[in-house]
Amino acid sequence: MRLINVRPRRGQEFALRTLPFVLTAAAYLIFSALRLTENPADKLLPALGTMGEALRTLAFHADPRTGDYIFWTDSLASLQRLFLALGLATLIALVAGVAMGLLPVMGALLNAYVAVVSMAPPLALLPILFITLGLGEASKIALIVIGCTPVMIRDLTLRVSELPREQLLKAQTLGASSWQIALRVVLPQMLPRLIDALRLQLGPAWLFLIAAEAIASDSGLGYRIFLVRRYLSMDVILPYVAWITLLAFLSDAGLRWLQARAFPWFAAARAS
Amino acid sequence: MSFIRIENVWKEMGDQIVLENLNFEIAQRSFVMLVGPSGCGKTTFLRMLLGETSPTRGRILLEGEPLSAEPDAARGVVFQRYSVFPHLTALGNVMLGPELAQSRVWGKLFGAPRRALREQALALLDQVGLAEARDKYPAQMSGGMQQRLALAQALMRKPKILLLDEPFGALDPGIRTDIQSLMLNLWHETDLSVVMVTHDLAEAFRLGTRIIAFERRRDRPDEKARYGATIAKDIEIWPPRLAGRRDRNRPGRDDPAFDGAVPGRPALQLAGSPT
Repeated sequence: MRLINVRPRRGQEFALRTLPFVLTAAAYLIFSALRLTENPADKLLPALGTMGEALRTLAFHADPRTGDYIFWTDSLASLQRLFLALGLATLIALVAGVAMGLLPVMGALLNAYVAVVSMAPPLALLPILFITLGLGEASKIALIVIGCTPVMIRDLTLRVSELPREQLLKAQTLGASSWQIALRVVLPQMLPRLIDALRLQLGPAWLFLIAAEAIASDSGLGYRIFLVRRYLSMDVILPYVAWITLLAFLSDAGLRWLQARAFPWFAAARAS
Repeated sequence: MSFIRIENVWKEMGDQIVLENLNFEIAQRSFVMLVGPSGCGKTTFLRMLLGETSPTRGRILLEGEPLSAEPDAARGVVFQRYSVFPHLTALGNVMLGPELAQSRVWGKLFGAPRRALREQALALLDQVGLAEARDKYPAQMSGGMQQRLALAQALMRKPKILLLDEPFGALDPGIRTDIQSLMLNLWHETDLSVVMVTHDLAEAFRLGTRIIAFERRRDRPDEKARYGATIAKDIEIWPPRLAGRRDRNRPGRDDPAFDGAVPGRPALQLAGSPT
């Protein structure tokens, strides 16, 4: 039988899906155990217990200097920045994308401009943001917005222009004004696609966030892992990285759930 | 004053002349079928009637007024595909037109006006056989149901003309026959003039009151670009099919017409019949 026709059965599929995770964990445990038997003070691949202990200290013991529960204040600071910035980016992208995709005049005005601006590497702009906006929250949020918005605008503009021309003609024959077409025909069809665009930007958004926090911050998940790097604290860095990954994965899953839940027509309409 | 008047209309696209020198009138309540080979400009002509594109020369008058240069609520349309909105249920699609008319800012009605409109929309859905499917999204419907819905959606706005661009071309034969009957019923019952593009001659003769065939007079490769299509045949269906007078004066398709069936027309002389 050809490989392209070999399909895993249900149980096999589950096994296959978990296999890479299990292998990664097993490889880590084996190498960690090997290093620790050689040198119990090894910091590079800490045992699970060591990491758990470090995490417990950060999460459940108030920092003696500030009285904060560091793990939670870090998470809160990072998520606040991330969600605020992504919210802004999404809103701008929605308005700009619909306007540029639907109105030829707006497209002519902004398409080339956005295409050029989206090519500027956001991290190269970070120093400029730090200089102009200072080292506070504004520059970090601005970095994420600048990094994510142009791509989302371009994506959404394309999605709008992909709407069948027949739909816009039909709406006009129903007497719709440009505004009504935007509001009742284009916008509702763009919202689920906006969720797709947002999901794709979660990765870059985390990248920008951690870069900004690493360079200048006094809280946040990115700040913490770059801080403890000086002490070679892999027992903190590894759980933090896992936590960041989990947060990103959960927001992605949440968005997917929202899309299916709020736009029940979308999956079938996209397939047809 | 004629209902629709096409005056010396030419359409060119780049160097290509698509349609040349069209001059004809369309009477109110007629059901005009546009037929012709692929690429003869019948769809281009329909899109000029719709206002999506305008004639290069000449003009089209609707009730004595030049057609507006963009689509409007006077002209309803159903395309072969994409005629309904995928994000609205059947009911939502049918209600959309009146909602847009009555709520200029939000395009959406609430409360009592919405309930009243809902009743109307449900009645129309029932008339096109979609009462059961009112809460379904278009992607959950068959092609035939989607086209029924598109018809209902267009009719809800009470257009003066309904433009149909091969609306039943992609349907299975059985379904197509059903929806053709529905179309004919709607035309009889609604104050409506129809212009329909089709490549199915049987459909043209089954539905139309008049059949207009477009054809290129010259089709040699070297002269193709400079000669557009024009009207090759303009056939009034005989015996005439009259809107709202379903089957009363109309015998079966292949039977001869009754004497004096149509006022103003000479009675058909049957061989051997007494004169």
